[in-house]
Amino acid sequence: MSRESTSKLPNLDRRDFAWFVDKGMQVFMFIGGISAIVFIIGIFVFITKEGLPFITDTMNFGEFFTSPRWRPTSENNPTYGALALIVGTASVTGFAMVVAVPFSLGAAIFIAEFATGRTREILKVLVEMLAAIPSVVWGFIGLSIMNPLIIDTFNVPVGLNVLNAGIILGLMAAPIMTTIAEDALKAVPDTYREAAEAMGATRWQIVWRVVLPAARNGLVAAVLLGVGRGFGETMAVLMASGHSINLPGGIFDSVRALTATIAAELGETVQGSDHYRALFTLGILLFIVTFVINLTADLVVRGVRKK
Amino acid sequence: MVDVGSPASVASDVKVAVRDLTIRYGSHVALRDVTLDIRENEIFGIIGPANSGKTSFLRALNRMDTFTTEMAVDGSIEFAGHDINKIKNLYALRKRIGVVFPLPVGLPLSIYDNVALAPRLNGVRKRSELDVIVERCLQRAALWDEVKDRLKSLGSLLSGGQQQRLTIARALSQDPDLLLLDEFSIAVDPVTTMRIEDVLKELKQEVTIVLVTNLVQQARRLADRTAFFLMSECVEIAETEAYFDGRVQDPRSRDYVEGRFG
Repeated sequence: MSRESTSKLPNLDRRDFAWFVDKGMQVFMFIGGISAIVFIIGIFVFITKEGLPFITDTMNFGEFFTSPRWRPTSENNPTYGALALIVGTASVTGFAMVVAVPFSLGAAIFIAEFATGRTREILKVLVEMLAAIPSVVWGFIGLSIMNPLIIDTFNVPVGLNVLNAGIILGLMAAPIMTTIAEDALKAVPDTYREAAEAMGATRWQIVWRVVLPAARNGLVAAVLLGVGRGFGETMAVLMASGHSINLPGGIFDSVRALTATIAAELGETVQGSDHYRALFTLGILLFIVTFVINLTADLVVRGVRKK
Repeated sequence: MVDVGSPASVASDVKVAVRDLTIRYGSHVALRDVTLDIRENEIFGIIGPANSGKTSFLRALNRMDTFTTEMAVDGSIEFAGHDINKIKNLYALRKRIGVVFPLPVGLPLSIYDNVALAPRLNGVRKRSELDVIVERCLQRAALWDEVKDRLKSLGSLLSGGQQQRLTIARALSQDPDLLLLDEFSIAVDPVTTMRIEDVLKELKQEVTIVLVTNLVQQARRLADRTAFFLMSECVEIAETEAYFDGRVQDPRSRDYVEGRFG
């Protein structure tokens, strides 16, 4: 009656190959998953480390947020007013959304609700291809096509301005917004549409009264991600906005964006100088803004609505 | 006494006249050569096992073939004297016909907006009018007492049985001439089912009702006349009681209601 004789079970303490593979894969997946957190914290720590001495020592908060004078290279009296850059980025992004929201939501509604069969498939592929166009190509279009077009059409001296950059940025952001918005619309069950259609609702009434309210969170997230894209975009804005420090009075004024400023100036600064650290401070500002926008989009998708 | 559809002339008491109705999905025939009349202010029951074409019949009445790919309808259906395959404004037709699907569809709107949807589609804007319609329809669907304090919460978050009653309230809010009920009691408890059945009996004064049901006893409780669909064909159309006292013509009808098959 010893244990060995009654039990035909395998040795329950022996760890076999599958056990090690399981543990190994768990660790691997954990590293993959955790790396996103590591990277984002790492990046934040890095830009904070580079920018913080400027914030604590040199920066004048009042000047930074209210003065449009960004003169970091002045020999006698460098000033670091970021207002023009903030307004530049905000105005270009704002105009881009004016362009992108109707286009992308219209496209998403058409693809998800009205287009059928082959039309829908072709459109989806084309929209995704549009999203893959490199930003420097968009900048090129802004510089060489939109610029003369705006000068001729509106009879203004310069075609590199808020209008140009806003349209370019709007067209850039529209495909990704379309794709996300379409996903949100497709997630609305067909039974809803059928129920409304059986009541005698027209196609448009179904979209307006049933599908859009049901997909509202996803659509808001799509727009917010588009805004985040607009804030972060650098190359196309640098090329199409005119890149001149200016508080814009209208859509035909040239502006300079936060991102473009960093891209254009960082290479010319001495590492550790005030100018260098000021650019990193702009980076911190951008990071916080896009982080908040993306976080909001994420919360909206999960349906956490603030009341 | 057996009634196999009076002549095609539009008698005043015929609400829906169906002639030689055949429904196909691609090459599959869902319903073949059905001819019957549904009379004004009656409850017309349709019984039969699964896949016998009951739901397809309802879909044809509401012209839902237009949004079901591959669904093809032959034959004619006259609704209040109009051939529904020839009318130009389908939406206007569907507004006159309320449908309750077997699985409840609580739209992801508030309970209030669910019921107010149909009146709003019809252009009712006044809050006070909508309030009256919403309360009346929810009362009739035996749901008002459970939801009157939370009309603003989402209809899609109600329980299955509540959603089904919400669906019924929504169909009633259309103020339809014809109400199509497709196995409405599947997700509803027996007590609530009885309450809704009582409402349907009252509604008969105003509305013509087509009741598709799996429950032979439900047809017996409610339907004035009942059609028996079997394997894509309409086997029998008779007064409902005829099924139970053996006055039906086709022996399969009696076998079915007595539970000998199906």
